[in-house]
Amino acid sequence: MDCLAALCQMRPALGDLDRNLEAHFEWLDRAAGAGAGLVLFPELSLTGYFLRDLTQEIAVGLDDPRVRRLVARSKERSIVFGLVEESRDHRYYNSAVFAEDGEIKHVHRKVHLPDYGIFEEGRYFASGDRFEVVDSKLGRFGILVCEDAWHLSAGWLHFLDGADALLVPCASPARGVDTDGPELSSETAWRTLTAALALFFQSWVLHCNRVGFEDGAMYWGASSVVTPFGQRAAEAAGEHEELLLHRLSSDPTRRARMFTPLRRDARPDLVRRHLARLLEDPDALKAAGDEAPASRPAQD
Amino acid sequence: MAAPPPPGCNVELAARVLTAFLRQETAKFGIERAVLGLSGGVDSALVLELAVRALGPEKVLAVAMPYRSSSPLSLELAQASAEHAGVRLEVVEVTAMADAFIAAAPGLAGDDSAAGRLRKGNLMARCRMIVLYDRSAAEGGLVFGTSNKTELLLGYGTIHGDMASAINPIGDLYKSQVVALSRHLGVPQAIIDRPPSADLWEGQTDEQELGFSYDEVDALLHLQVDRRYPREALLEAGFPAAFVDRVARMVRASQYKRRPPVIAKLANRTVNLDYRYARDWGV
Repeated sequence: MDCLAALCQMRPALGDLDRNLEAHFEWLDRAAGAGAGLVLFPELSLTGYFLRDLTQEIAVGLDDPRVRRLVARSKERSIVFGLVEESRDHRYYNSAVFAEDGEIKHVHRKVHLPDYGIFEEGRYFASGDRFEVVDSKLGRFGILVCEDAWHLSAGWLHFLDGADALLVPCASPARGVDTDGPELSSETAWRTLTAALALFFQSWVLHCNRVGFEDGAMYWGASSVVTPFGQRAAEAAGEHEELLLHRLSSDPTRRARMFTPLRRDARPDLVRRHLARLLEDPDALKAAGDEAPASRPAQD
Repeated sequence: MAAPPPPGCNVELAARVLTAFLRQETAKFGIERAVLGLSGGVDSALVLELAVRALGPEKVLAVAMPYRSSSPLSLELAQASAEHAGVRLEVVEVTAMADAFIAAAPGLAGDDSAAGRLRKGNLMARCRMIVLYDRSAAEGGLVFGTSNKTELLLGYGTIHGDMASAINPIGDLYKSQVVALSRHLGVPQAIIDRPPSADLWEGQTDEQELGFSYDEVDALLHLQVDRRYPREALLEAGFPAAFVDRVARMVRASQYKRRPPVIAKLANRTVNLDYRYARDWGV
């Protein structure tokens, strides 16, 4: 793997696919000017995030002419972008499309749909049913759309499938100014998470977060590229649009796995036996915490 | 046991987020101006500072709207605040209009009971809202809200009065956080030091009327609302039961002020219920 990655920390307009499509072309021109081989857009980059009832109205099939126009631009460089995908049987997915050589190489339908706090994805979207790596001419990539990244199992599956880099398109709203820390608590959490993913899976992590406001909630940007050693190699500023560039190569992955051979020592066979035990015996799963809480402790 | 302190506030971060919020949320609608009521208190002084940072002083109109019984100090401090921010200040007396309403309401003029005073206070707050929305149309500017999170949660404000606005930068900051951020942004010290007051009658202060301090209630609300402490954990943290219960009642009783009117559902899709679109739809 040796390519220049461009992370487009953009501000999609809510519910305006045509305008966002034009913006994608502009970002692609900028990325092309910089010589990027891989261009990453945030979650739902063609539609905006807090769609609510717009979800079904703005959904498109993958053969939509506007999607095809964008995919056609991947002849020169590989592109990852986000949209609401409608399936033939009218399910709606929060999807990330990987386009290369003018074709759709892969679609990741977000699996873990947050439906708590300000999130309502479970109300509108169907959940994807798999994590598959993309075998691209640039390398092997695993896509985790935002909340997917919080489930360690998801990144681990990409790790087992030999991903060189985890691509993490996000629309993460800012929360937490009531702390004394230097940054938003949501930012601190993501900083920790992306570093941990890189360390656990000895892979590059490309976290592409959007910016802008929707109904008062700010997307905090700070997109970043983390090395397979867990170090932040490049980072965009906070709440502004920015094109973040960083060159990816296989060498750090190789060296990281030389120091600590986590992939060699992973034990999927053991995990499979454990999961099989749990899943085949519903009582065992239940015993793992399904009973009533002993008390309601104060939490901080 | 001493009760916990009020919530902290990362003031630099809050200033950055709120400035960007005001700038983007106005520009989105093709608007570049703002109108806000300046009371001489810390909430509106803070919103003014944020508005000026977001839009520039020439794009912001501050309006002071004293009533006959308002403290002269309020107007002085409003002037100081406008001067500090470098914005135009328009002074619009609401005495004549409020008195006309009071005169038209049977028995209200001479009613000095708590209920009568409350009705008059609400009338004044709604007169100010009318003035601001009229200036909003004249200026082509959005009305910036000045209600903080403590007031919103306690319902300590007038619905369709001071609670009315187009966008509100400080509605997620507790009063103690408003004070911290005001210090950081250089709001004149005299405004920060002045005891918070709705200024409806001589000598009124919020804390006297509420029966607790903002620091106390902010600490409680922060743990209850933001950290989701159940009642028993709040008691364990050191808050007296009577205080916890009283505040919980105030929050519950004022829920209607924080929501749009209830619409009787008949159709499949009902506005505000299951006809669900973001306000920032398509902008």
